[in-house]
Amino acid sequence: MKLRTFRIGGVHPEENKLTDDAVTQVAALPKQAIFPLSQHIGAPAKPVVKKGDKVKVGTMIAEAGGFVSAPVYSSVSGTVFKIDTVFDATGYRQPVIIINVEGDEWEETIDRSDKLETLSAHPELTPEEIVERIKVAGVTGMGGAGFPTFIKLCPPPTAKAECVIINGVECEPYITSDYRLMLEHADEILVGLELLMKASKVTKGYIGIEENKPAAIKLLTEKTAGNPNIEIVPLAQKYPQGGEKQLVDAVIRRQVPAPPAIPVNVGAIVQNVGTAYAVYQAVMKRKPLFERYTTVTGKKLKNPGNYLVRMGTPMRDLIDVCGGMPEGDNKVLAGGPMMGKALNNIDVPVCKGTNSITVLTDDDAKRKTPQPCIRCAKCVSACPMGLEPYLLATASSLHDWDRVEKEDITSCIECGSCQFTCPAHRPMLDNIRLGKSTVMGIIRARNAKK
Amino acid sequence: MNKLIVSLSPHAHGNDSVERNMYGVIIALIPALLVSFWYFGLGSVVVCASSIAACVFFEWAITKYLMGKEPSITDGSAILTGLLLGFNLPSNLPVWIILIGALVAIGVGKMSFGGLGCNPFNPALVGRCFLLVSFPVQMTSWPVTGQLTKYLDAETAATPLSIMKHAIKSGDASVLDKLPDSMSLLLGNPGVNNGAGTIGEICALALLLGLAYMLWKKIITWHIPVSILATVFVFSGLLNVANPVYSNPVSVLFSGGLMLGAIFMATDYVTSPMTGKGQIIYGVSIGVLTVVIRNWGAYPEGMSFAILIMNAFTPLINTYVKPKRFGEVKKEAKK
Amino acid sequence: MDFILSAVIVLGGIALVAAVILYVCSKKFAVYEDPRLGTVLEALPGANCGGCGYPGCSGMADALVKAADKGSLEGLNCPVGGAETMGKVADLLGMAMANTEPMVAVVRCNGTCELRPKTTEYGGLRTCTAMNACGAGETACGFGCLGCGDCVSACKFDAIHMNEETGLPEVDEEKCTSCGACVSACPRHIIELRKKGPKNRRVYVRCVNKDKGAVAMKACKAACIGCGKCAKECPFEAITIVNNVSYIDYNKCKLCRKCEAVCPTNAIVAVNFPPRKPKVEAPATGEEVKAEPAKASVESNKKETEA
Repeated sequence: MKLRTFRIGGVHPEENKLTDDAVTQVAALPKQAIFPLSQHIGAPAKPVVKKGDKVKVGTMIAEAGGFVSAPVYSSVSGTVFKIDTVFDATGYRQPVIIINVEGDEWEETIDRSDKLETLSAHPELTPEEIVERIKVAGVTGMGGAGFPTFIKLCPPPTAKAECVIINGVECEPYITSDYRLMLEHADEILVGLELLMKASKVTKGYIGIEENKPAAIKLLTEKTAGNPNIEIVPLAQKYPQGGEKQLVDAVIRRQVPAPPAIPVNVGAIVQNVGTAYAVYQAVMKRKPLFERYTTVTGKKLKNPGNYLVRMGTPMRDLIDVCGGMPEGDNKVLAGGPMMGKALNNIDVPVCKGTNSITVLTDDDAKRKTPQPCIRCAKCVSACPMGLEPYLLATASSLHDWDRVEKEDITSCIECGSCQFTCPAHRPMLDNIRLGKSTVMGIIRARNAKK
Repeated sequence: MNKLIVSLSPHAHGNDSVERNMYGVIIALIPALLVSFWYFGLGSVVVCASSIAACVFFEWAITKYLMGKEPSITDGSAILTGLLLGFNLPSNLPVWIILIGALVAIGVGKMSFGGLGCNPFNPALVGRCFLLVSFPVQMTSWPVTGQLTKYLDAETAATPLSIMKHAIKSGDASVLDKLPDSMSLLLGNPGVNNGAGTIGEICALALLLGLAYMLWKKIITWHIPVSILATVFVFSGLLNVANPVYSNPVSVLFSGGLMLGAIFMATDYVTSPMTGKGQIIYGVSIGVLTVVIRNWGAYPEGMSFAILIMNAFTPLINTYVKPKRFGEVKKEAKK
Repeated sequence: MDFILSAVIVLGGIALVAAVILYVCSKKFAVYEDPRLGTVLEALPGANCGGCGYPGCSGMADALVKAADKGSLEGLNCPVGGAETMGKVADLLGMAMANTEPMVAVVRCNGTCELRPKTTEYGGLRTCTAMNACGAGETACGFGCLGCGDCVSACKFDAIHMNEETGLPEVDEEKCTSCGACVSACPRHIIELRKKGPKNRRVYVRCVNKDKGAVAMKACKAACIGCGKCAKECPFEAITIVNNVSYIDYNKCKLCRKCEAVCPTNAIVAVNFPPRKPKVEAPATGEEVKAEPAKASVESNKKETEA
């Protein structure tokens, strides 16, 4: 049987899943934990503690700063050292709360037992109650972008949700944190999915997993054998299948129209497996989001592995646990090599969206010299959104904003397939991003005028 | 201290390169090159070697001295242009004409527009057509295959294409009996039955091998060659059914530069459209134009003119034929 | 003979018909254009740089003519042509010239390769906008020059160039027309248009780093640390410190150079002044760290004077 996948474009990067057999370990507590106030899309959180305050594991230290926002919880117990700005991953300064770690004392409200709580055992959970608990626990998308989860569960009145799709694709090379999570916490993820389905009042749930994770597909298929409402969908391997729109296309054969449409406009709510797990923890165990699964990987790292990390742990600590930074000039990414962000500074903490820390070394770390475009059209056939990257890149570099807007630059999902496939090594996505952000600015200004 | 390297994503690359594609096409041309050595011997060696050498030299000299840039002849594009130009010439062409052809191909066809990636027309075809109109006698006398040691003094004969043209002009279908059978057209026909033509077009099978290799290595997509060949087959088949003075479609497919053009010249990255849809429009138009020029034009061969004409339309096709955007169907359905 | 005759008749006939059509069209479809528009346009430099805020010189000419009809040229200025051009235009339109002072683009960053060590290596597209979007650039300073030369490519007058040695752009005062293209091209807003000043003499703060003193100092030895000494020293209240950066208001500055002398990091520079006479009671520059960059800035002053 031919496996399902999305229908336009796509590329096949080398997998490099170095850590798919590495059982998740619990990372050591840091000496000092750093909590950025803006770990999600939307307004930054507002601090509710002050210097010198004692906090426990699971104490709220910053509350949501608006509707599209999420609170931040402490992952450690100790004293608030200061509320200040520090250099973030990009090298700019950002407000953070720094806590000196003392002991490991948890809030009493958190259920720390391993007992599996099923939805049928808790009929008192209404959809509103579930959404409220998710919102309070500060759960955001765990796949990278970090959109507050509860907003996705309350679609605009014009759209009606029909199914929840759990994203277990993990199409990025190197990363294995979602895969390990699926193997180690399959039951919790399935309960999480049921909670999400109940919260969004739908009866159908899918879990999309790429074929390169047969163990996860097998395990989850067995566990859902008696449940007709949940379907495990094995998908053919292709990047960027983990993109929301691509996943919806692959699983339920519906294409989300151009922005501002979102997946729920075609009836789908997409959540990452990490988010499903976090939802389970938040609703059933009353445990706010302060821990996550993270892969620390790289070809030259001595012991790459998967870790259960308290948020706020500096990335340098994790890299040191894995054998320290390799010799020479390296590139350290928060995320995988296709969409990850290169760090200016490795003292930044693990946040809600840090699914991986990837250390690229030697030639992998450097880009090749660009050559003239030979118009081979490989970027056009690789683009999963059906755009013409060569044209967008050229027009953006010439600042022809009207043209790029007409060519639908705002549909670009910045997956990097064009640049990945370009034989001339052109920095296409750099130019396209520039064009996209400028055009978005122009559109916003125009809408503001209206 | 170790520095951290930063840049925007993506940080991985598929290891494809301009060189890989250019040398891939050259590898795909090797079967045809070997076959041409087998059929034309010395003449083929001299013509191909001088054409490649001249193209590489002109590219190097022009980039270095006229454009003042670092020469980039290692990317293989000049070698490819030279080889394709050589393939489009008769094997008894004097070296000085080849030099002129190479200068026009590289100098006018490619570098005057800014070099690799900027030329609107296929440089090898610019060179060939320039020679065709400047030296019509030398460019249309085709040595018969099998004269391995002869170069300038090789005996010439009419090509299958000129036989077809003659049949149409005279309105006498029996002229077509002189055509070699399809099998020998496919294999190249050693020395008998008027096996004559340019260096590269002589063996259709070798060119098809090249096509298979390029498709396997994903250097080109099927759209252009398939659409050209199918169009020519269908169009000339219809003509053949309507009036037997037009040759049968299989012979048309295997004779002349059609294979060479459809597989290697029309698929040139720089001068062909960017989308699958556009490539099919481009291929079908080339097919129709080729048959029209071959049957009713002044020259027996129409492939190179057809490709050049469609090269000129490529920017237009690129402007109006867009790939299917993600989610587009939905949007239209809602309206 | 027949050939020649027929050729002459045919071609001549075509020419005649075409001429008649052209004549009729030019009369019939003529558009009235204010005659002043042409003359004003001629007086403008014709660079179409957009420095005036209008789309090219013809847009400016249109605006000038309309302004003249309303009675005042106030607020309209061609930064390229300067007072001379505006004077000409005012004469043509029979108006009084609006008063404008010559300006020049000034680069407010002194983070040379030496003073501001590189901490990271940027491997992407080499334009400032792309680098700025990617992060803080190659140094620890998140405010200073990125060194990819977006300003250089934005300049239509060849008046700004990268200095390979320092990695910073330098403005050619002779060529700079203060059109402001570089100001808007710089994603970090380092370049500012300042009054050219008498004899081209200017005093300004060559830093925009808003970090606290210690952090700024760690990133770049030439950073303004916001210590406020200059503001205290200034007798004309021209200096303000906002967000840890000192700023000199060029309308209040009287070019006394007192601030330059007290700046501990030499972030304040005075250009095109004659070299100071060696004074015995010159402000204490005893510390070695201070002495070094002081020399450097004198040298750079010389360079600018030569340029």
